[in-house]
Amino acid sequence: MGRPLRVVAAMSGGVDSAVAAARAVEAGHEVTGVHLALSRNPASYRSGARGCCTIEDSNDARRAADVIGIPFYVWDLSERFHEDVVEDFMDEYAAGRTPNPCLRCNEKIKFAAVLDRALALGFDAVATGHYARLRTGADGLIEMHRASDHAKDQSYVLGVLDQEQLRHSLFPLGDTDKPAVRREAEARGLLVADKPDSHDICFVADGDNAGWLREKLGDRAPNHGGDIVDATTGERVGSHAGTYAFTIGQRRGLRLGVPAADGKPRFVLDIEPVSGTVTVGPRERLAVDHVSGIRPRWCGTVPERVDGTVQLRAHGAEHRAVVVVAGDHVEIDLLDPAEGIAPGQAAVIYDGTRVVGSATISATRPVVVR
Amino acid sequence: MKQPLVYLDHAATTPMLPVAVEAMTRQLTGVGNASSLHASGRGARRVVEESRETIAGVIGARPGDVVFTSGGTESDNLALKGIFWSRRAEDPRRTRILSSAIEHHAVLDPLHWLAESDGADVELLPVTSEGVLDLDALRAAVDRDPGSVALISVMWANNEVGSLQPIDEVVALAAEHAIPVHTDAVQALGQVPVDFAASGVDALTFTGHKVGGPYGVGALVVRRDVAVSALVHGGGQERDIRSGTLDVPAIASLAAAVEESVKHQHEHAVRVADLRDDLVRRVVEVVPDAHLHGTPSGPLRLPGNAHIGFPGCEGDSLLMLLDARGIECSTGSACSAGVPQPSHVLLAMGCDDDQARHSLRFSLGHTTTRDDVDRLVEAIGPVVERARAARAR
Repeated sequence: MGRPLRVVAAMSGGVDSAVAAARAVEAGHEVTGVHLALSRNPASYRSGARGCCTIEDSNDARRAADVIGIPFYVWDLSERFHEDVVEDFMDEYAAGRTPNPCLRCNEKIKFAAVLDRALALGFDAVATGHYARLRTGADGLIEMHRASDHAKDQSYVLGVLDQEQLRHSLFPLGDTDKPAVRREAEARGLLVADKPDSHDICFVADGDNAGWLREKLGDRAPNHGGDIVDATTGERVGSHAGTYAFTIGQRRGLRLGVPAADGKPRFVLDIEPVSGTVTVGPRERLAVDHVSGIRPRWCGTVPERVDGTVQLRAHGAEHRAVVVVAGDHVEIDLLDPAEGIAPGQAAVIYDGTRVVGSATISATRPVVVR
Repeated sequence: MKQPLVYLDHAATTPMLPVAVEAMTRQLTGVGNASSLHASGRGARRVVEESRETIAGVIGARPGDVVFTSGGTESDNLALKGIFWSRRAEDPRRTRILSSAIEHHAVLDPLHWLAESDGADVELLPVTSEGVLDLDALRAAVDRDPGSVALISVMWANNEVGSLQPIDEVVALAAEHAIPVHTDAVQALGQVPVDFAASGVDALTFTGHKVGGPYGVGALVVRRDVAVSALVHGGGQERDIRSGTLDVPAIASLAAAVEESVKHQHEHAVRVADLRDDLVRRVVEVVPDAHLHGTPSGPLRLPGNAHIGFPGCEGDSLLMLLDARGIECSTGSACSAGVPQPSHVLLAMGCDDDQARHSLRFSLGHTTTRDDVDRLVEAIGPVVERARAARAR
């Protein structure tokens, strides 16, 4: 362990961030627990014990800080969160894309607004309960690698962090698997040891994405509904109340009135937000072998070309790929085709276990069916 | 070597006085329900009644005026709801409650509840930029229809910015129309002279832990001829308007604290005001654009209150940085679900959202020393500098 740092431990009220904070203390750092209040009106966000935005979560974080024996504060990031994450989430859906707000939150809130404030207040780093590993590379730069527990690995949602952010980050759980973290929480007397994991988007109550968007988007243009069209026949096979309820690759909830000629299930292939047309078709047509990305973010030196792998959605598979970087664009040739790739999601680029960087998927090219 | 804490948050709660600790511990080992008829019960009852007499004696009330409660919030609820309900039952036209925009949440929230759930017409009257009730606005509100006013409630002294309120004038105005007046004197008792009968108010709230007594006990001092509907029903222990077995050790301790703090109020106020003035002067020397909120230092301000604005800072950052240096104070803003809200008091005084967030409340008390002030003055410069840097990001 290096020199002791003054560390802000971001504590969501969950088990991971609690153990991460405890480990930072044990490593000799001077740690202050901070819970991020992301909603001005916590009751309007998710209720229940799975989120990170409820009063109960804030209390859980406070009790964990008590047990660990560190000071604890609530920082109000609700305005920034709304502007940078929630608004973006709505805009993206309104444009027919499928955003990942967790990446956005890491990029703009946890490792930006919070880190900036922490540094200005005299802290050296922010520690979180993310599962990822940091190490110093041969070139002296901080490298981020996948966690040893691949099932819990969260390097995907951290793929937006640049060198400056990584330099001030601590991920104390990167070497541990989840069951061990729970056992450790129990042994440390942390009451959140058996608290369920959070999976859904923290600001969407009950995980009802479409319902939330229906309410929030209101009369915004792409919310007006439209036709569902079969890509094979060009026939109108159904209708819908708003494109926000769909994502590329989706199979469920299409409510198609006309069965497919071959009797096989159909999937969402394309979303056209202006006309409101949702195109569906057979699974084969979901396959893509080329992905274009914009807004690249690099963890270290900007590469020209990466012969590595890419991950195209959270918990998604790794695909062997050749990535060519051209300024603000990346072009990704997939050696292993991928299915159901939605614009708006992030393509995170790996060299082995190391995260090279990421880009927001702007377009995909289907595999030419021969 | 860790330095002792510098506790400058006495308006939140102040350490118990030794006499109060002693009175409490003496009673903790005894037994007796003050409602029981046997010797132990009579003994407990005697402690309660002697406590009541002691308190009445030092605050200018009759013993029968003193109704023991669980503290300030309960007393405020009892006064507002209890008097409103009784007054409206006597005359259904009495639906209005007049109060100020800078009351504590223990007053504001019951008023909001009465307005939303019980048909009350609540008017929160404006204040001056120094945080003092606008009497012209009060007079206009009363004169609009005096017969419809059920109750006026105005705090004796504001908990955030320390401004004393014109209780005499409020009482005189209300008396013209026989409207009852309640005052929340939680911050005032022991800090400034408080005489219940001389003030002319009909009901007055105070609580133990702000005067060097224990938590969880307080009183509503309310004239016997004011009808008050009960909130908590049961054995009717306290004048049939408040039920629950009396907490004998807490009540004995409360009486000891009230007696001691009221008896020494004047010398306490002189000593603490001197430290406070020194604190404000020296903080402003270090941070030239820092400024005191509320009424000027003097007879219209609580002696221990220094509510200071630090332009360009977030109160939260200042608090955290001072806390890390062992100096404890308050942002003076209410916390809603752990999320700090801009202070309704400062907003009512005409501050904008930024100004309402850039302040700290230092409140001095009976344990405060010159050394505490020195430590704060030493720390405040670098702390403000850091907080400004954090804000600028």
